[in-house]
Amino acid sequence: MSVKSMAEYAANGENPEVLFWVGCAGSFDQRAQKVTKAFTQILDKAGIKFAILGKEEMCTGDPARRAGNEFMFQMMAYNNIQTMNGYGIKKVITICPHCYNIFKNEYPALGGNYEVMHHTTFLQQLINEGTIKLKDGGVFKGQKITYHDSCYLGRGNAIYDAPREVLEAFDNELVEMKRCKSNGMCCGAGGAQMFKEEEPGTNRINFERAGQALETGATIIASNCPFCMTMLSDGVKNKEKEDSVKVLDIAEMVAMSL
Amino acid sequence: MHLVQQLLFIVCTIAGVYIFARKVGEMRRNILLGRDEDLSDNSAQRWKNMLLLAIGQKKMFKNPIPAFLHLAVYGGFIIINIEILEIFLDGMLGYHRLFAHAEGLRTLYAFLIGFFELLASLVLIGCVIFFIRRNIIKVRRLNMKELKGWPREDANIILMTEIILMTLLLVMNTADQALQGRPGAEHYIALNPFWISGNFVHLFSGMSVSTLIGIERSCWWLHILGIFFFLNYLPYSKHFHILLAFPNAYYSKLTPNGQVKNMKDIQNEVLYMMEPDKAPAATAEAEHKRFGAKDVTDLSWKNLLDAYSCTECGRCTSVCPANNTGKLLSPRKIMMDTRDRLEEVGKNITANKEFKDDGKTLLNNYISVEELRACTTCQACVDACPVMIDPLDIIMQLRRNLIMEESNAPQEWNMMFGNIENNMAPWKFSPDDRDAWVNS
Repeated sequence: MSVKSMAEYAANGENPEVLFWVGCAGSFDQRAQKVTKAFTQILDKAGIKFAILGKEEMCTGDPARRAGNEFMFQMMAYNNIQTMNGYGIKKVITICPHCYNIFKNEYPALGGNYEVMHHTTFLQQLINEGTIKLKDGGVFKGQKITYHDSCYLGRGNAIYDAPREVLEAFDNELVEMKRCKSNGMCCGAGGAQMFKEEEPGTNRINFERAGQALETGATIIASNCPFCMTMLSDGVKNKEKEDSVKVLDIAEMVAMSL
Repeated sequence: MHLVQQLLFIVCTIAGVYIFARKVGEMRRNILLGRDEDLSDNSAQRWKNMLLLAIGQKKMFKNPIPAFLHLAVYGGFIIINIEILEIFLDGMLGYHRLFAHAEGLRTLYAFLIGFFELLASLVLIGCVIFFIRRNIIKVRRLNMKELKGWPREDANIILMTEIILMTLLLVMNTADQALQGRPGAEHYIALNPFWISGNFVHLFSGMSVSTLIGIERSCWWLHILGIFFFLNYLPYSKHFHILLAFPNAYYSKLTPNGQVKNMKDIQNEVLYMMEPDKAPAATAEAEHKRFGAKDVTDLSWKNLLDAYSCTECGRCTSVCPANNTGKLLSPRKIMMDTRDRLEEVGKNITANKEFKDDGKTLLNNYISVEELRACTTCQACVDACPVMIDPLDIIMQLRRNLIMEESNAPQEWNMMFGNIENNMAPWKFSPDDRDAWVNS
């Protein structure tokens, strides 16, 4: 499979349908790279003409802004908007809810106006339209799955149903944690916590959240965010359940069922 | 004798309303110490929010048991005010049960009083249960460390006052009915038995007319004086939410929870650096405002309205992931601190005619760096608040001040900033490898 960059499309005078915004985690984090690849496979299978920015992509500035470094955020946003507007990009799909939120809600004030979709919403659309079909009796048949709402997709942008609809398309049992949807509990990574040690407390947030997920008896914890993925995987490891319980991104699950 | 009572009543009313209005004026002045924020847009959506969230208490129903109890207390409180209107008129004009004077309306009157009694009983029961939840069952949310001392006393004073007021109303009605038709008590108009107090009249039947009048009058006076006391207690108490919940819901954030406010001045600064020709003229910035917020006067007036609207219910703190795992951060404490500091600044201004530097700030003296550092910006607190308070907005502004004015960041964050600046990613990877995954 070949993944073309925006620059390559532009060189041929072509315009892709969508920009796949990979994000820093999707680009560099080894675990998240698997999600990136799974999602490109799906895009490929669905016959969607997509591009990445490749080396021209930069951090959206989310962790800087939420840590309080507005200046750095504005710098990153300025550069990204220059690049994206330069290519005349209209539609962006991202596998990271933090990138999604910032494009959707925070770039417009700075002159970056795009139609933005989080990959789970996009996957739901592909399944509903019949563009992609999941195998009957697929790999997840009969397995118990629980879904972790990321803060920036859930509370941040009120997207609760689309990812669940994708999960319901598998032939399995979806069980909710006690804290879910608008009352869902954070994995502990947001607000730039991902990049620093937690403040002193009685427990780690990701251990607490992983415990809540394990309580459901699910063998798969479905996530939609590369940072939640890291936090929950560590949490599951801490409970020594990494052999029996997997943390998977919804895109990976779809890719496995094609 | 009547005239003396009337005059006394009028004096009490004027004094009660005047002192209240003066304090409210002070609070308004304090709120306006905050920075400007234009929230005059979208009035249709704002009215709808007020209707659903403040009047309809929509968000309370996430938690049905306290929601129903609260609805009973709130509904009772509002509707019983119709009876307070009669009490006022009686007090000023020297009547007894003015509205019962028209003979044709007496059946309706007794029915209404009966209905108010039912509401009063619900308020009474609601408050007793709230008292038990707080002090005997010790619901965790209502017994956290930021409530030690005054906040806890405040809550109990509110509940006790409401219990006492409702009891006085019911005892007054009981004595009234015991007096009806008795010689020497002709001005106690005979009415159908009231729904609740009607069942207790036999307890008072052995008492003399003068004793009963004494009880009835004492209850009447204590009740109305209690109301004046409560009115003037409100502005000093968390209970002020019964008034501010309405404007606060009206002015609440209409954008998605996930959206952080843009800092136009920094945006312009970057624009000025990158494209000087496109940037707005530098002369526009007349005075340098602090980046972010260090004290309450750096916050917006809406943040300060939030602080006065908080009734310290702790729904925010009970869903805060940082607080849930034993960190120092409590969104409720952020709001309580903001209010306490604002009151302190307000008193300072009242005493000195203008603010005299007291060497204190909201950041550091009230809210510590450790608290701010614990926030994951998950917006659970914002989502949980029934009256649409936004503690996260305050946290974000304080964080901005720490980073941009004080360069106060943990070492790991400084590394992250450095990586973003040099590698365009928060980790130390080469930007050339950004698309390396394609071929791996």
